[in-house]
Amino acid sequence: MFATEREQLEQDIETFAAIYGNERSALISILQEVQRKHKHVSQYAMQVIAHVLDIHPVEVYSVVSFYHFLSEEPKGQYVISLSDCVAHNADAKRALARQLQNDLGIGFGETSSDGRFTLEKIGCIGMCDQGPVLRVNGRIYTEVTADRVGGLICDCASDIPSGSICDIGESI
Amino acid sequence: MKSSVVSKLTFEQVDPDVGLRSAIDSSPEKIIQTVLDSGLRGRGGGAFPVGRKWQVSRSVQAPQKYVVCNAAEGEPGSFKDRAILSGYAQLVFEGMTIAALAVGAQRGIMYLRGEYGYMAAHMESVLAARRKSGLLGKNILGKKGVHFDIKIQLGEGAYVCGQETALIEFLEGHRGEPRNRPPYPAVSGYRGCPTVVQNVETWAWVTCVMARGASWFKNLGTDESPGLKLFSVSGDCKRPGVYEFQLGLSIAELLDVVGGEDAKGVQVGGASGTMIPQSQFRRKIAFEDLPYGGAVFILGEHRDMLEVAGNYLEFFTKESCGQCTPCREGTRKLLDGVNQLREGRCRALYLEQLISLGKTIQMASKCGLGQSSPQAFLSIVEHYREELMGRVRIDE
Ligand SMILES: Cc1cc2nc3c(=O)[nH]c(=O)nc-3n(C[C@H](O)[C@H](O)[C@H](O)COP(=O)(O)O)c2cc1C
Ligand code: SF4
Repeated sequence: MFATEREQLEQDIETFAAIYGNERSALISILQEVQRKHKHVSQYAMQVIAHVLDIHPVEVYSVVSFYHFLSEEPKGQYVISLSDCVAHNADAKRALARQLQNDLGIGFGETSSDGRFTLEKIGCIGMCDQGPVLRVNGRIYTEVTADRVGGLICDCASDIPSGSICDIGESI
Repeated sequence: MKSSVVSKLTFEQVDPDVGLRSAIDSSPEKIIQTVLDSGLRGRGGGAFPVGRKWQVSRSVQAPQKYVVCNAAEGEPGSFKDRAILSGYAQLVFEGMTIAALAVGAQRGIMYLRGEYGYMAAHMESVLAARRKSGLLGKNILGKKGVHFDIKIQLGEGAYVCGQETALIEFLEGHRGEPRNRPPYPAVSGYRGCPTVVQNVETWAWVTCVMARGASWFKNLGTDESPGLKLFSVSGDCKRPGVYEFQLGLSIAELLDVVGGEDAKGVQVGGASGTMIPQSQFRRKIAFEDLPYGGAVFILGEHRDMLEVAGNYLEFFTKESCGQCTPCREGTRKLLDGVNQLREGRCRALYLEQLISLGKTIQMASKCGLGQSSPQAFLSIVEHYREELMGRVRIDE
């Protein structure tokens, strides 16, 4: 039997509550899991979470709307974020921004119609000395030039596991 | 990915777990005394004396106490905490363990900014190794009744959560809105328990101080700002990256080392810091002169000061938690003013009003975000006014 999307969501939330507990303090951990699995926290999800934790849905909403990583709208399978760090070379950043829009066919803040890509700008992510910088899901790419955008999108198409640890840990 | 660390770091040379072993053979009072004697101040921007904070926390009677590592590193321009975490996380955890002994805490939490999520697995593996070696967990280093462990809590993207009380709000599952202080977290923090919050770098220095002794540290730097400090250097220089210097170093000396002698200005302290013009390059980076959050952004001749001011203000409008009207609405007005200046349609009189608004925001805001967000703009207007007025429209 196929579970409907809603049933799946309810099941997931029950599972997360079993792991983190159904105290108020489990809220953020549950939201993190829902965001990770479903790529957003829908209004319905907020209601279910509120019910499970026995708090008002508005309280859940107030938390979701506060944090940048929690989104009410579904994000693409790959979220490509360009760092707006002021230390990075402005021309290189602009060229990269343009090429990303060309190759993905969407603007910043948009998600492609097939649900694969979201393009967005983010602030400084602590890579000021190695710009321009892109983040693709959890993965960080430094010193990216516009000509690398095509290859990067191909990487995504060939399904690099999302949120994987980038090559960074060992060498910094 | 290349390394960000450019200069030689003390963290590389200090022997692991010497500090913790000496702490465990000592008494809480002696540990705190060592930290006090070293003169170590917080490295996350606030520069509060570390030993004093621990004394307060130690003196409070409570069934549970907490030790927190602030790895929010949200300040635009700062990346030294990232470098420490990826290379020397064990020193950070060791420092937290030493504090736990000193104040009597059994639980530690590292708040790791969500953007550094890729490092979480590495942090977990360092923690696991420490547990295995008896440096964390029950009966640490075989000493009966000494228990302490650390968990990692990943952030969800909010700069203001770097503020210690907002961080605690987050940990408790709420919106990251700064609380009124007092009570300070050292007295009443996470779940109402005494909570010692320190920056990543502070924790690593605690370990070095315990390993090498208070006087080693105290004899470096200046009288008021003893010791060493890491700097995140970016922008227009030959060798950007993470550097270690003694406090009290002048901007000119720093520029010389990193190859940024031609700078027309230096933003010290990240987006919430201040712009230092050429005429003041002899000023010192130390508690008594320039605030030393440790982010140094170098601006070459071609840089547009208004672009920098605009970038920072845009950041602050997005990151204001919205509790205080001056911060929430005022910062937006300042950004709008900067855009008018960039387009060359700002009246001189209006600029004066913006300056006065900026000062009001600094005075009337509840937390450090609003208290410092207008600073870059105000210092740019003060020192570079001839660049700002009557500009020809720039098209992107
Ligand atoms: C808006 C705001 C953001 C802050 N962000 C950070 C941060 O990212 N990392 C940090 O260590 N301290 C940050 N702080 C300072 C903390 O509130 C606190 O003073 C610090 O963690 C104490 O540690 P320290 O004394 O070791 O520096 C921030 C403060 C404010 C007002
Ligand atoms: S100053 Fe700004 S960020 Fe700080 S509490 Fe007030 S509104 Fe929130």
